[in-house]
Amino acid sequence: MDGIIQIVFFLVLLAIGVFAGRANERRHYRELEQAEEDLRDVAVSAGRAPDDAGMFSSGKLVVGSVVIAEDFFKRVAAGLKSLVGGNIRSYETLLERGRREAIVRMKQEARRVGATHVVNVRLETASLSEDWSGRQPMFSAEFIAYGTALTRRA
Amino acid sequence: MELTTLETVPGKTITRHLGLVQGSTVRSKHAGKDILAGLKNIVGGELKSYTALLNESRTEAVDRMVEQARDAGANAIVNIRFSTSNIAAGAAEVMAYGTAVVVS
Repeated sequence: MDGIIQIVFFLVLLAIGVFAGRANERRHYRELEQAEEDLRDVAVSAGRAPDDAGMFSSGKLVVGSVVIAEDFFKRVAAGLKSLVGGNIRSYETLLERGRREAIVRMKQEARRVGATHVVNVRLETASLSEDWSGRQPMFSAEFIAYGTALTRRA
Repeated sequence: MELTTLETVPGKTITRHLGLVQGSTVRSKHAGKDILAGLKNIVGGELKSYTALLNESRTEAVDRMVEQARDAGANAIVNIRFSTSNIAAGAAEVMAYGTAVVVS
């Protein structure tokens, strides 16, 4: 009996992951594309300040961050995939979404302070799902994007 | 206080180097929020309460770094970097560090 309950519970979680998780992911991708389109005029670079740095008034630190978690379906899919090795597509999309979201939020902050460029951008990822109790928790990670926002001198 | 990830402050020159300054916070997740996040984990997606928590921690880490720089007599911090690490179950450290300088 216990076994049956466990299997039913597993299938329910899996179904939620498949439907809600996928719908979530599709919506997030649409929102990201929209936001990236809107923020196209904010130039972002991982390089140093442009040569004409004198054109800009002094910079301001801007940060964007997000904590994103896997759903149950992604976890099962990743578990199965790691039996044979290779790309784990379900995690690739998760990490990509997190990173793009962090960059979008950083650009939004840059726009709020009236900047047109963000230079010397750094990306940081930290896993938040380590658990000392020994059980394997659901994977979640924090993504940060930060850089120096430059505003053109009036 | 000018804060930047660049090696210099645009439009200004560094006149003095005052060395490394850093600020950090260790914060634990709120038990209630942790349970909600656990539920959210079934469907995946953003954990908004954690995003907010880590943002608050980062603001505080930056404030502490700025305070340290001010004590040293700096008016800018250049080359700022952030890092986050999970140090124990349910607790995360957020650190900010950079080079304190005097610019004019």
